[in-house]
Amino acid sequence: MHEFSYEAPTSLAQAIALLKRHGEKARPFSGGTDILIQMRAGVRRPAHLVDLKQIKDLRQIKFDAKKGLRLGATVPCIEIYENAQMRKNYPGLTEAAHLIGSLQIQSRASVGGNLCNGSPAADTTPALIALGAKAKVAGGRGSRQVPVEDFVVSPGRTVLKAGELLVEFLIPAPKRHSSDAYLRFIPRNEMDIAVVGVGASLTLDGDVVKAARIALGAVGPTPIFAAKASESLVGKELDDAAIETAAQLASEASSPIDDMRGTAEFRRHIVSVLTRRTIKIAAERARKR
Amino acid sequence: MAVSKNHKKTSAPKKVKVETTINGEATEFLCEPRQSLLEVLRDVLEMTGSKEGCLTGDCGACTVLVDGRPVCSCLMLGVEAQDKNITSVEGLAVGAKLHPLQQKFLEDASLQCGVCTPGFLMSAKALLDKNPNPTEAEVRYALAGNLCRCTGYDKIVHAVLDVAQEGRR
Amino acid sequence: MAESTNGHYKVIGTRPIRHDGVDKVIGRAKYGADYAFPGMLFGKVLRSPHAHAIIRSINAEKALKLPGVKAVVTSADLPEAEDKTEQVGEAALNPRHLSMNILARGKALYDGHAVAAVAATSPHIAEEALRLIEVDYEVLPPVMTVEEAMKPGAEILLPNLRNKEEGDNPTNVAQHLQFKRGDLEAGFRAADFIVEREFHTAMVHQGYIEPHNAVGIWNADGQGTIYCSTQGPFEVRSLSAQVLGVPVGKIKVVPAEIGGGFGGKTTIYLEPLSLLLSRHTGRPVKLVMTRSEVLRASGPTSGSTIKIKAGCTRDGRITAAQCWLAYEAGAFPGSPVGAGAMTILAPYAIENLLVDGYDVVVNRPKTAAYRAPGATNAAFAIETVIDELAEKCGIDPLDFRVMNGSKEGTAQLIGPPYRRIGYIETVEAIKNSPHYKSPLTGPNRGRGVATGFWFNAGMQSSAVVNIHSDGTASVVTGSPDIGGSRASMAMITAEVLGLPITDVRPLVTDTDSIGQCDVTGGSRVTFATGTAVYEAAQDAARQLRERAARVWEKKPEDVELRDGMLHAKDASVAPMSIKQLAGRLARTGGPVSGRASVNARGVGPAFAATCVDIEIDPDTGKIQILRCTVAQDAGKAIHPSYVEGQLQGGTAQGLGWALNEEYVYDTEGHLRNTGFLDYRIPTCLDLPMIETIVVEVPNPGHPLGVRGVGEVSIVPPPAAVANAIYRATGIRMTELPMSPPRVLKAILKHGRGQEVQSAAAR
Repeated sequence: MHEFSYEAPTSLAQAIALLKRHGEKARPFSGGTDILIQMRAGVRRPAHLVDLKQIKDLRQIKFDAKKGLRLGATVPCIEIYENAQMRKNYPGLTEAAHLIGSLQIQSRASVGGNLCNGSPAADTTPALIALGAKAKVAGGRGSRQVPVEDFVVSPGRTVLKAGELLVEFLIPAPKRHSSDAYLRFIPRNEMDIAVVGVGASLTLDGDVVKAARIALGAVGPTPIFAAKASESLVGKELDDAAIETAAQLASEASSPIDDMRGTAEFRRHIVSVLTRRTIKIAAERARKR
Repeated sequence: MAVSKNHKKTSAPKKVKVETTINGEATEFLCEPRQSLLEVLRDVLEMTGSKEGCLTGDCGACTVLVDGRPVCSCLMLGVEAQDKNITSVEGLAVGAKLHPLQQKFLEDASLQCGVCTPGFLMSAKALLDKNPNPTEAEVRYALAGNLCRCTGYDKIVHAVLDVAQEGRR
Repeated sequence: MAESTNGHYKVIGTRPIRHDGVDKVIGRAKYGADYAFPGMLFGKVLRSPHAHAIIRSINAEKALKLPGVKAVVTSADLPEAEDKTEQVGEAALNPRHLSMNILARGKALYDGHAVAAVAATSPHIAEEALRLIEVDYEVLPPVMTVEEAMKPGAEILLPNLRNKEEGDNPTNVAQHLQFKRGDLEAGFRAADFIVEREFHTAMVHQGYIEPHNAVGIWNADGQGTIYCSTQGPFEVRSLSAQVLGVPVGKIKVVPAEIGGGFGGKTTIYLEPLSLLLSRHTGRPVKLVMTRSEVLRASGPTSGSTIKIKAGCTRDGRITAAQCWLAYEAGAFPGSPVGAGAMTILAPYAIENLLVDGYDVVVNRPKTAAYRAPGATNAAFAIETVIDELAEKCGIDPLDFRVMNGSKEGTAQLIGPPYRRIGYIETVEAIKNSPHYKSPLTGPNRGRGVATGFWFNAGMQSSAVVNIHSDGTASVVTGSPDIGGSRASMAMITAEVLGLPITDVRPLVTDTDSIGQCDVTGGSRVTFATGTAVYEAAQDAARQLRERAARVWEKKPEDVELRDGMLHAKDASVAPMSIKQLAGRLARTGGPVSGRASVNARGVGPAFAATCVDIEIDPDTGKIQILRCTVAQDAGKAIHPSYVEGQLQGGTAQGLGWALNEEYVYDTEGHLRNTGFLDYRIPTCLDLPMIETIVVEVPNPGHPLGVRGVGEVSIVPPPAAVANAIYRATGIRMTELPMSPPRVLKAILKHGRGQEVQSAAAR
């Protein structure tokens, strides 16, 4: 690896000051499970690594039944899974966090890092999009909120400018009869990067869909909010026909490539399969809430 | 090709002093920021029990416990060990008394070449510390981040289940 | 679990804790990368980013100026080697090709081919130095498949390569071999059913968790020592000496503990580089491959194209078989197509056959051995064809195999007929297993069976058994322990001498300290090194009897050794324990040390049979292994737990080969999946428990009846999985791996979709 300096600021202000000072030469990190691999491969060579894990503000899980969730950017995935409120209120996001890599990876990797790495295949991103999550960004001129579906602009690149930092996620409180689910397709049973990931969240009124959000991962240059597929469910009774329509539309919303993890044809097919399945799981959960 | 002659004096890469606890003992070391915790354990502290298999967090051979949680030490910097509590395979046995997992791995023939064994022991310990009564599926999930190419995992899973069962008696 | 009965043995057949076990579970055992020496430097290798290129020049000036860099070497620092084929032990070797694989000379022949090596004061500095070495390449078109390589007018990899049939024409076909017997045409005419299929298997890697490593120390007196994780310290010595152009006796190889090999660590990559860099710097130099280097630049096994045409009568007798095999050799000749050709029909007694095999060079890393090299590819093809023939006849697939199975007296492809073998018993063990007898119910499920063969090897081994002054013993060999074999060596010694297993300590030592021991591989250690150990222990026993005779003033033939006690046959004196005699050795003539060297004959080939239940998700093509049982003939299981371990490990590798493992190259010949993320070996969550049945049909060629067990279990699983897929979906898969995209494509093409029928196995 190349030489670099390491700093561990203890406050958000300190971190932002560091990032501003070093600009493009600095890279913030939390779990290190993506950046260290990239640095070893010579793909990224920051002169300064800024460790965000000492900043308490970034590491909190604050859930309020009315106000919703504030999920700190550096919370490791395993802490999400261990948090009873997360499991109860956001089962889809929780299972996405619990699917990343292995337990060793989950001990370190964070949802914030997963998003900031900018991979279209990140597991937690479709789940966040399905929940309508917003990313709170600090640095620059004050703070701003970015819908998660707008956060990644191209593979590996996000909306973050030099000197900016992802602070936390703001996720609406789950309504009555509302829940989420996340499924991904991998060739083994663990350890693979998603070949296709689908997150769905539904709000039901009886059998009628009041709100729906479907998001896709690993099937385009960025994670995708499948707007048409989502809209197609709203106001409809959630029967097989409606689910099938949504599944087809989701498949059409994807623009996968052929790569060593799957062909475009295979991925498009799997999008529809997983969309069907996540809708059903989210619906079953929603009915119980 | 010509062996390089002596160079002008340039400063060696800067090292950071880290204070941490490893296997229950207060430990101090110097390392470059670019040295992973795995490199620190193996090359600086000469604790070669944790192994390097992939450097990408895919094989688990470097697994250690950090504050009780299993972590791939190849994806953690040595400097991040500051003020942490680290347990490696060298810290499992108490003096000459093997940890039950170590003993069971021997009895059940759960290792062939043995290079993945330290990592498996750490992951298994983390599992049983948290969940003393796992099902076979839970054991397999907890160990999914540790690759073994020799055993097909059968005897490893048996050993972990055996230890759990004996712990219940 | 094991069905072995212990018979009259006291130690053999039991399950003691292995002697090296404690060190391994506490992290004290030293593998190659664990070694450190004062003043040690770290080496890194610069590798070609091109699959096929002429190397015009290499400029290391900038690298040498980087603080901390002590030396840079290229092939210019190695002696020129002859371009010819020699026999070295069991293998054919071309010294020039061997040297060119260590450091490229003139041409880079695969993505990852070593071009230069650096030694520096830290591995990070060495890595940074690689970026500063400037290499001028002239990129050439890559040749990536056997089809491309065999086409007329194909780009030529090795300008001097010739084969007998093509005369003086440059070619990529290093060898064509052929085996014939009987009258193929007549055989097909006599057939009621004929099946003809073409198969493709992808290149796969042994996947050992420990990357290659070597620490080289070149002394000012011209003696070199290499510490490395290897399956063959004597091979490392002779091959490194060859590459470096020094006498074999100048190099000592100390085998470290080894983190997996499976055949991939029977050759050299870093070892001569470590000595070369040490010679240039005057300091020890350690090199360790990264996982990416292991995949790109060590020795995977061949991908292949195999065509089979086979016929049988309607009552299930195979009348003819024709096989065409083309295997990827990688950048230099030497694929295991010969073994593929010789194993493909080995389980069956067939009168009329024709087998053609082609060894083909392509721009991929030079292939190395992988557990029964060549046999798994071949079995994937033949065992699915056999399955099809059995189905056409309406005969149970295991019964079909028993009907046509090889037994004692069946002719082999070359060499004498089989002696006592256990094929039929192995197949019947599966037939009678709880697994096979249990029903398989539920949709999208299927059960498949397949069998496999491996020759096993004999070759040279040496052993020494030392009796210590307290009556304990040590047994010393040069066979690295990759799976628990040193425990078996101790057990054989303990059995012969009548000592408790805890009184015998096994050691694996270096190339100066013991006679020639050929590779740990070829399923040969328990067989051949075990034979040497057996004979060395017998030699020690003889010396002990002679010594007791001297003490008692009797003749040696009047003294017996039984259960660790020396007895006078006429019972005229009280018996004496080995312990008691050992305390008197110094005063009665000196140390007792038994020795033996063998070139082991009487190898017993091994057969395995595997049964696998799978469930397919018809919407995604993903396969789950529900249940798996493997039966294998071990002859005699010395340590049943470690025999079971070999069966389970080989089966797991075969299942990975079946499901998801493959090398993926882009169109320019760059390896895309260079890590364990995308080179997908099975995780703990991907496999069920693997049930083992150890069949014991004793090998008449070994004093204890041992057959090698290390390899053959990898051979049947891909075919077994393919046959299971057939029963679940009605689709015959002919390509490996049977990954979800391929299976789904076949399902959709077949038109089954969600109406995949449920298939009980029978």
